[in-house]
Amino acid sequence: MPILEVQNLSKSYRQLRGESTHAIGNITCQVEAGEFVSFVGPSGCGKTTLLMSIAGLIEPTSGQVIVKGRAVKGPPPDLVLVFQEYNKSLFAWRTILGNVRFGLEARGVRSSRSESRTRDLIELVGLKGFEKHYPWELSGGMQQRVAIARALAYEPEVLLMDEPFGSLDALTRLDLEDTLLRVWAELKTTILFITHDIEEAIYLSDRIWVLSGRPSQIIQELSIDFPRPRNQVETRAEARFMILRNEIYRQIGHAS
Amino acid sequence: MNGVKQFNWIGWLVLAALLCLWEYGARSSPKLQYYFPPVSQILYALGQLIISGRIAAHLLATISRFLEGYMLAALLAVSMGVFLGYFRFAYSLLETLIEFLRPMPSVAIVPVAVLALGIGDAMIVAVTIYASVWPMLVNTIDGVRRIEPILIDTARTFGLGRWAILWRVVLPGASPYIVTGLRISLSIALILVTTAEMIAGSRGLGFFILDQERSFNSRNMYAGIIVVAALGYALNRLFLALENKTLRWQRGMVAGGSV
Repeated sequence: MPILEVQNLSKSYRQLRGESTHAIGNITCQVEAGEFVSFVGPSGCGKTTLLMSIAGLIEPTSGQVIVKGRAVKGPPPDLVLVFQEYNKSLFAWRTILGNVRFGLEARGVRSSRSESRTRDLIELVGLKGFEKHYPWELSGGMQQRVAIARALAYEPEVLLMDEPFGSLDALTRLDLEDTLLRVWAELKTTILFITHDIEEAIYLSDRIWVLSGRPSQIIQELSIDFPRPRNQVETRAEARFMILRNEIYRQIGHAS
Repeated sequence: MNGVKQFNWIGWLVLAALLCLWEYGARSSPKLQYYFPPVSQILYALGQLIISGRIAAHLLATISRFLEGYMLAALLAVSMGVFLGYFRFAYSLLETLIEFLRPMPSVAIVPVAVLALGIGDAMIVAVTIYASVWPMLVNTIDGVRRIEPILIDTARTFGLGRWAILWRVVLPGASPYIVTGLRISLSIALILVTTAEMIAGSRGLGFFILDQERSFNSRNMYAGIIVVAALGYALNRLFLALENKTLRWQRGMVAGGSV
């Protein structure tokens, strides 16, 4: 049984002037436990709307999302969403330690174990030594690391990520991609990732769904079978990597 | 900005110079002395009032009324403000009323309070509550509304319910605004306590100041004014110390911005 199912999901918005926007066409897909899958699509194709619907933060116009066999009505307990805007999603009044601990508190874990667990996660995302800092004292890349550690502290079975590295510079982005893969390999969480960066999607994922422009539909599904652990230099240098990249690029180009 | 504030020698020298001028002026003109008794005599009177314990009862009465009024107002305003800021519909019901009452000078409510509550502690406390509620209420509403929606969504995705979000995200997120409201209301509450004590009451610093003026004892009157001023100063310092401790996370954010 898939851990996450999206069935005939569609979403329309009514805008201020009364016209309605059809953001998501009709999306059906399934994610197996432990997979790393990505949606890749052009900017403004409704990717965020899709992820917010899956996270139970907005209600779809039709269709449904099923997590572990149960239909989503409101945020499901086994799933956490990491937002692109790390600077807006961290709790400014909590230290790094406090932010990460929030994930455990939300789970209801309050014990001596939670303290060591928090520190382990901070170390896992590479922020050892910054426990007592406040979010504003860290760079963007480090802030997003905090957001990831906080989400992991919640021990979600599915981690949703909405272009988490979209507003970071190129080098920081590569660095965080590898951190994410390392964490994923260690914790075996299922990750559903959204990006408009085709190469990022290929580098990270087991499977990719290519989305069209509004109203977004899945126009292709691709399996990515590069061996793991992957490497920023070697994996990206493979001939098949370029072929995949060009294929997806053409798909998106045709669709919009 | 560096954290430790330097002692302002020049500021204190200016104050001392003005007091010397006052002393000199008062001693050189008996007519002036009637309105402005020499500083030394005021300080002497103050010392007498302190030693005899006469001022202590008035000071305590003022402090207890102030605390009662201010604390109740804070409780009322912050809980109402969080509610009104969070639930837009509730705010739209009360918005016009709030905008109408808020700019009204609060002392105008004193006659109403006297009519309803007579001249006693209840009236003074009620007036203090009324006056100090507004800055706290308006700032709390503002702070709650400025909370980043993504922060709320973050809390929701972590499975927090509405009340948990209010308590653990909205309240701390709005706390810099709430504290601003609390600080503004601090001086307003003290103003209203003393004013109300002048109008009605048989104890309290406001009553004492006015009573001494009416008994032509201007030295004691000034001594009373000094005590009120010292009280205001002490409350403000105490508040700043607490603020520094609780809002430490915010200080650098405002000064330095993000990296």
